[in-house]
Amino acid sequence: MKNEVKIQEVNPFNTNRRSFLKISGLGVVGAGLLLAGCSSDDDNNPTPVSNNYPGIRNGVFDLGGGDLGILTYAYALEQLEADFYTKVVNASQFNSNFNLEQKTVLTDLYNHEVIHREFFKAAISGALPAGATLLPDLAFDYGSLNFNNPVTVLATAKALEDTGVAAYNGAGRYITNPDYLLLAGKIVSVEARHASAIRSLINYNSVDFAGDDVVDSNTGLDQARKPSQIISEVKSLNFIQTNFTAQFLK
Amino acid sequence: MNILKFIESLSNESLQGTASRRDSFTQFGKFGKTMALASVPFGLSALSNKALAADIGPTPNTPVGALSLALTLEYLENEFYETALSTLGLILPGRDRNVFIQIGAHEADHVAFLKAGLMAAGAPVPAKPTFDFTVGGAFNPFGDYQTFLQFAQAFEDTGVRAYKGQAGNLISTPDLLTYALQIHSVEARHASEVRRIRGLKGWITGNTSGLNAAFDAAYAGEENTNQAGFNTAAAFGAAAGTEAYDEPLTTADSVAIANIFIV
Repeated sequence: MKNEVKIQEVNPFNTNRRSFLKISGLGVVGAGLLLAGCSSDDDNNPTPVSNNYPGIRNGVFDLGGGDLGILTYAYALEQLEADFYTKVVNASQFNSNFNLEQKTVLTDLYNHEVIHREFFKAAISGALPAGATLLPDLAFDYGSLNFNNPVTVLATAKALEDTGVAAYNGAGRYITNPDYLLLAGKIVSVEARHASAIRSLINYNSVDFAGDDVVDSNTGLDQARKPSQIISEVKSLNFIQTNFTAQFLK
Repeated sequence: MNILKFIESLSNESLQGTASRRDSFTQFGKFGKTMALASVPFGLSALSNKALAADIGPTPNTPVGALSLALTLEYLENEFYETALSTLGLILPGRDRNVFIQIGAHEADHVAFLKAGLMAAGAPVPAKPTFDFTVGGAFNPFGDYQTFLQFAQAFEDTGVRAYKGQAGNLISTPDLLTYALQIHSVEARHASEVRRIRGLKGWITGNTSGLNAAFDAAYAGEENTNQAGFNTAAAFGAAAGTEAYDEPLTTADSVAIANIFIV
């Protein structure tokens, strides 16, 4: 059963107070924006629909559009990756069932993805205009996935990393701010390094690190897919329990 | 089909940015060597006694400039792997050889893809330079396998940085930006694999190259732990913080690296 974000959870006052606690460390500019947001929301107006900001629409969180929407989309994907690797490295038999190389790589990936997640949380919080909302912490459930089984864990990691590469490659064109584009570029190549390493862990004696299933053998191009396509793929994994929409993303 | 889409996008989009095409390609000419050599990131300038006449200049900050620089770097990688794979006894049959056949095939694809695109757009296609991978006799990458691996790692890591540095120049041409990103992540997959073959992590820790000190300067800037004001070292320390982000190279630094090997 999906754990949908409920309307009553986003009472504007509470939302803004929660946001304020997250933003307060980020300096004067962020605080100023937030205060403006508080005053305009104090009259309990419903969520504005005249913009494409990330926030609750019709009772469900929408990732929003524009640069902020793409950043929020990336934040959602990084939340999934970070949560997955957190569960991997905390699995009861991680130390005994995984070999040293697997443990080293997976622990690095855990570190990197948590850093990416926290980076997006801070960056988006600092950039949110009044009336926009930070994506809440998503809830995850991996069903019967056995986190103590290296084969299952590596196969899932491969899917997540390849998806991450295709997602960033496909989202770059929708970013208008060159600084954000560069930041996405700094992250996507690390996701590609991850994908390569995981693929090599799974099938050492192969060319899977950049296999023909992901790199077109005629053009030498990696995959790139639209946000809508990626979101549908990710939702079909059934890992993310919090419902969200992306009506402003292509 | 990708080639056709690529050609179409080159024909339709505002390729030239603010500079005219003619301006772009007189700039992509024979000047700027002094500046380029003043900051050779590989740190090899002192060892280089080659003639400078063939050096390329900095490419303009336009989509065509970005693709032209990319093509030159792909020419370099392509010839490097072609020469290595055809050098008897250098890369022995087995996993490593299969890996470098795959990498070399991708670099050849990238050369063809970029050439076809530039040509279809009516933009000048930079000629393949003449390369000297021994850098005037200072290195022996085709006679010594470990040196070959070091060069491969440096070229792939540098390729990732160079493409990343050009992303901003492609922001006005979304299709071209996407193609460049699709090459960029392939270079990163290559880099990770070559590093792992060398017994390193697939990602770059701090600014250490894991190579001969001559290459260290190619990793300058990778030690950055400040991303848009966010401290990436806060959660797990500086090593993890730097690994989680790859840093770009400027056009000037990318061109300077290419010029080390151009004679």
